[in-house]
Amino acid sequence: MLRFFFSRVLVLVPTFIGVSIVAFAFIRLLPGDPITLIAGERGVSAERYAELQAEFGYDRSIVVQYLDYLFGLVTGDFGTSITTKRPVLQEFFTLFPATLELAFCAMVIAIVLGIPAGVFAAVKRGSWFDQTVMGAALVGYSMPIFWWGLLLIIFFSGVLQWTPVSGRISLLYFFPQVTGFMLIDSLLSGQDGAFTSALSHLILPSVVLATIPLAVIARQTRSAMLEVLGEDYVRTSRAKGLAPRRVIGIHALRNALIPVVTTIGLQVGVLMAGAILTETIFSWPGIGKWMVDSVFRRDYPVVQGGLLLIAMIIMFVNLVVDLLYGVINPRVRTR
Amino acid sequence: MKSMTRLLAATALTLALGGAASAKTLVYCSEGSPEGFDPALYTAGTTFDASSKPVYNRLVQFVPGTTELEPGLAESWEVSDDGLEYTFKLRPDVQFHSTDFFTPSRPLNADDVLFSFNRQWKDDNPFHSYVDGASWEYFNGMSMPDLLKSIEKVDDLTVKFTLNRPEAPFVANLAMDFASIMSKEYADQLAEAGNESALNQQPVGTGPFKFVAYQPDAVIRYQAHPEYWKGQQAIDDLVFAITPETSVRQQRLLAGECQIMPYPNPADVESLKSNDSLEVMEQEGLNVGYLAYNTKVEPFDDPKVRKALNMAINKEAIIDAVFQGAGQVAKNPIPPTMWSYNEAVEDDPYDPEAAKQMLDEAGVEDLSMKIWAMPVARPYNPNARRMAELIQNDLSQVGVTAEVVSYEWGEYLERSKAEDRDGAVLLGWTGDNGDPDNFLAVLLGCDGVGGSNRAQWCNEEFNDLIMKAKSGSQEERAELYEEAQVVFKREAPWATIAHSVVHMPMSENVTGYKMDPLGGHSFEGVDLSE
Repeated sequence: MLRFFFSRVLVLVPTFIGVSIVAFAFIRLLPGDPITLIAGERGVSAERYAELQAEFGYDRSIVVQYLDYLFGLVTGDFGTSITTKRPVLQEFFTLFPATLELAFCAMVIAIVLGIPAGVFAAVKRGSWFDQTVMGAALVGYSMPIFWWGLLLIIFFSGVLQWTPVSGRISLLYFFPQVTGFMLIDSLLSGQDGAFTSALSHLILPSVVLATIPLAVIARQTRSAMLEVLGEDYVRTSRAKGLAPRRVIGIHALRNALIPVVTTIGLQVGVLMAGAILTETIFSWPGIGKWMVDSVFRRDYPVVQGGLLLIAMIIMFVNLVVDLLYGVINPRVRTR
Repeated sequence: MKSMTRLLAATALTLALGGAASAKTLVYCSEGSPEGFDPALYTAGTTFDASSKPVYNRLVQFVPGTTELEPGLAESWEVSDDGLEYTFKLRPDVQFHSTDFFTPSRPLNADDVLFSFNRQWKDDNPFHSYVDGASWEYFNGMSMPDLLKSIEKVDDLTVKFTLNRPEAPFVANLAMDFASIMSKEYADQLAEAGNESALNQQPVGTGPFKFVAYQPDAVIRYQAHPEYWKGQQAIDDLVFAITPETSVRQQRLLAGECQIMPYPNPADVESLKSNDSLEVMEQEGLNVGYLAYNTKVEPFDDPKVRKALNMAINKEAIIDAVFQGAGQVAKNPIPPTMWSYNEAVEDDPYDPEAAKQMLDEAGVEDLSMKIWAMPVARPYNPNARRMAELIQNDLSQVGVTAEVVSYEWGEYLERSKAEDRDGAVLLGWTGDNGDPDNFLAVLLGCDGVGGSNRAQWCNEEFNDLIMKAKSGSQEERAELYEEAQVVFKREAPWATIAHSVVHMPMSENVTGYKMDPLGGHSFEGVDLSE
């Protein structure tokens, strides 16, 4: 197991360097540069432009810039945002808990609803339940997030007035950030109703963000289950007279879970992409919106730092998924 | 669920404030996060709304709702006869904010004024590069380093600015956001603690509201400044609820989560107006959207050709289609809310037949040209691509073939400056200081050719007028600018297209809000009726 772990971690090093190069190059390949964009219609004289280039260090060769950047990374310096003039790492960690909280809740919704729905749909294959679930999954999978979010806001917040429109908590509450996770901080604050308010603010955005992963997980679980249910050993255990619940829940599901766990791992990337739109609609102060704004402003340090940090998180999650295979299926470990 | 949450929330607030149930809170659904809280570092209106407007004052201020100037932290000022020396008398006993992180020991004095400008100007000022990449965009953009010869403290309450050349718009520059006055005492204290960057994160000023807290991308909180020199504000707390998405901002306003919001979707303005619980204020923006011909390239070097093309463009149709009513046809290069706007100028009529004839007379046949469409939405042009297509269609009616081209925004700005640029470019301008010089000299003066003068137009008669107008009294200057507008119309370097109309929906119990023609959002003097 330990060897398995280290071999997986070792792969991360070249991936990290690769991602840092891609992140560094990507934003520079886009036409336009931050200085011209800051100046806008007002413009900037050639001398002033050169001065600012030098100040940001963009007058050096691209290789020197990259090496300087890489050296900074190793020492934990991700640079300073051109726009806000604050360190990128500090900005990231201020905003990231909001994204994590949202993504976590969305993932919980997707897994808790998606796996049982997929299992039942497979067991009752062809039934009205199966058809409804698969139909809904197809719609959910194809739903444009932006439109879906606005629709939910207009209906649940506008017409029914059940949920707040946007934000993380009612503006009436004001307490210091301790963990950055609003659900926890609101409990820690000890203010009456703060937790309820935070929770009610979380419902719609999590549902919106959960929609695509939920659909994908339900479909994947169903097809994996169908495959396993046709296997000989399932027929054998049925023939042996095991309770159907035991056959499905223990023997079939456990084996069907491997592709599902892979899918869940891959959904982390989807969640990050979905968070960008969801956060924009719900004024959710996370890293998605922060990244989008920086791309438009050509804020090089933020884009490359943000991409790298997000990539690291996704790599970490995939590592965990790889290790989970080992837990679910011992054969993976010994291979 | 919602009413329950509200009830609980209200209870919590009451408890938290120790029974101060009468606290009045104004919530503003702002459109974005401020980049920081030191206004001189930035150029975005969103940043100024959150920093210079609530927290700071300037020596000179705009009369709320106008572009006229009035005394601010300076009670009065005198200009020497040669127009080179400006002496400002500071208001006595102006108190800085007392906050969790700073307690002032003295009122405002000349040192604060010197500090506020020197940190932007002097390389050796310890705060000149207190954050990475501090480029003091506006201070440089308004040519202050060329303009200023010295800033001196005459006594504790007197400051003298000496200029290198006469420049009447200088006083208006001092009313701009970058000229906000900061506390030197606070800065010194931060420097001593090695915490300079806090100046940009926890601001201390003399303004109507003091800064309390900022959660990035979520909320900014302010409290009324009890010792404000103009008297304490009627509202106790001011909250910015940051809501970037337009339709969500509108939903929040309708749900009562905020009382006032900027930049509604133009298509929704009518329905907002018909809502009884809301009031929608409107005002012309201090901007102009234009199509600049390249007057250095044939056949656009002939005013007759430019004039003919102007007459071929149906501007009313553009206002309807592109601005959806939130705009008005522009006839002058400056907006109507600006002093010296020449009402008497007559716009070129929309007359394709006459245009065709004029082109014939000028000997232009089978003309084909490019129209540059900006890739971004700006207040003066919310959809340049659409506008370009409408113009393309109009021009085809007079036998001119137009091709619409576009580039990435940064590149667009750069390439459109070229003196040999191929094609007419759609662009615009939003005023900085309410002075006509800020439009006419910047956009149409000979100095701007190859730069901000996208028409590459250098007309001696026009340029003499605007150079002469750089000094003198406002009446004298206005006369020169009015004349310059006549020359502009005759020579037609641009097709002036539109000025935007800005809408500001708010809850009907908001009183005392004044729309700022310069596009800012200030909540000084606002109250909430019961």
